[in-house]
Amino acid sequence: MYSVNYHRAASVADAAKLVKSGDAKLLSGGMTLIPAMKTRLAAPSDLVDLSRIKELQGVKVSGKTVTIGAATTHYDVANDEKLRKACPAFAHLASLIGDPAVRYKGTIGGSVANNDPAADYPAALLALGATIVTNKRQISAAKFFTGLFETALKDGEIITAVSFTAPAKAAYEKFRNPASRYAIVGVFVAKGKDGVSVAVTGAGDDGVFRSKEIEAALAKNFAASALDGVKVSAKNLMTDLHASADYRASLIAVMAKRAVAAANA
Amino acid sequence: MSDVSFVVNGKRVSGAAEDRTLLVHFLRENLGLTGTHVGCDTSQCGACVVHVDGKAVKSCSMLAVQASGSTVVTIEGLANGADLHPVQAAFKEHHGLQCGFCTPGMIMTATDMIARHPEGLDEATVRTELEGNICRCTGYHNIVKAILAASKTMAKASKGRAKQAA
Repeated sequence: MYSVNYHRAASVADAAKLVKSGDAKLLSGGMTLIPAMKTRLAAPSDLVDLSRIKELQGVKVSGKTVTIGAATTHYDVANDEKLRKACPAFAHLASLIGDPAVRYKGTIGGSVANNDPAADYPAALLALGATIVTNKRQISAAKFFTGLFETALKDGEIITAVSFTAPAKAAYEKFRNPASRYAIVGVFVAKGKDGVSVAVTGAGDDGVFRSKEIEAALAKNFAASALDGVKVSAKNLMTDLHASADYRASLIAVMAKRAVAAANA
Repeated sequence: MSDVSFVVNGKRVSGAAEDRTLLVHFLRENLGLTGTHVGCDTSQCGACVVHVDGKAVKSCSMLAVQASGSTVVTIEGLANGADLHPVQAAFKEHHGLQCGFCTPGMIMTATDMIARHPEGLDEATVRTELEGNICRCTGYHNIVKAILAASKTMAKASKGRAKQAA
């Protein structure tokens, strides 16, 4: 790892000031950034640690509105009793990230800001029509995730929370790479008052996306059987050493079917 | 450089470290606590697992300065003098190790796992929860047996204590 200057931010305002120094990066759980720095894929001059800022931590559920602080760990998301009642699919998704040690450190804000094309949270946030709240503005998930490791965040902008309305039904199904545990394909389905939405992670050439084919099939009939014979196009899907685009296309339909069955269970 | 100060295995320690120093290197090189191992260096293998503020985390994926102000427990801090911790005793009894390299991380993960499952553990849960710890000798079978046995022993011991308290 190259040399770096560490700063522990006391508040979001403090962090916003500190992040202006040099080529600084925000540090949350560090489960992606620290390994990237170790391999010198990332070499920030300064790190601004957000993980001890109390105002960024915790899950709030009020009626159907769920708000999760950016520095809330995957462990705390997975185990929050109120969230498990309001949107069990979201808590379950958090319990599938990484391994137990990673879930203790990694945070939702860090994952969302990094926008790894195989990360789990982006699929949930896109399908739920979530809002990403920063220290400057509110951004809809549809506008936030802009490409591979790309987001609408401006330099130095800090995610403070994500919020969404708990759907009537939802589920997440993930086909994992057996070694890395990342999604080869992950599908989040949600049925709310605005209809059915289906978001796919792990598969898109440009990161997370909504599957129009699956959504169309489920709009009339939210049942696993509605997806019988539905073909997902392999266009714009990733091919890598783990899976071809065609295989991923096939997996999207299978995972969507399982997710709908789980949501209806 | 930053001043790093935390409580390790019950003792307050402090020292100066470069900000880029990983917690595992601080423990091993500054404090001489070489029980915590560096296995893969890519945060996959879990040989470096220690407890920071009561949570089992990978000390190779955390800066020492991030842990400043925290309470850290390493494998050296588990036993009570010459009496092994129940998880250590179970690993010995069930031969839960072959070469022993992954063992400190396995044991630190196991103690955390047992604490999170006071209702008891089954084999499937133990195997799932061990996904962040790799044993290169592939000695998982006895590791799982040892963790299940330790979980039972510790449940009995805590019931015993509860009775005494009542």
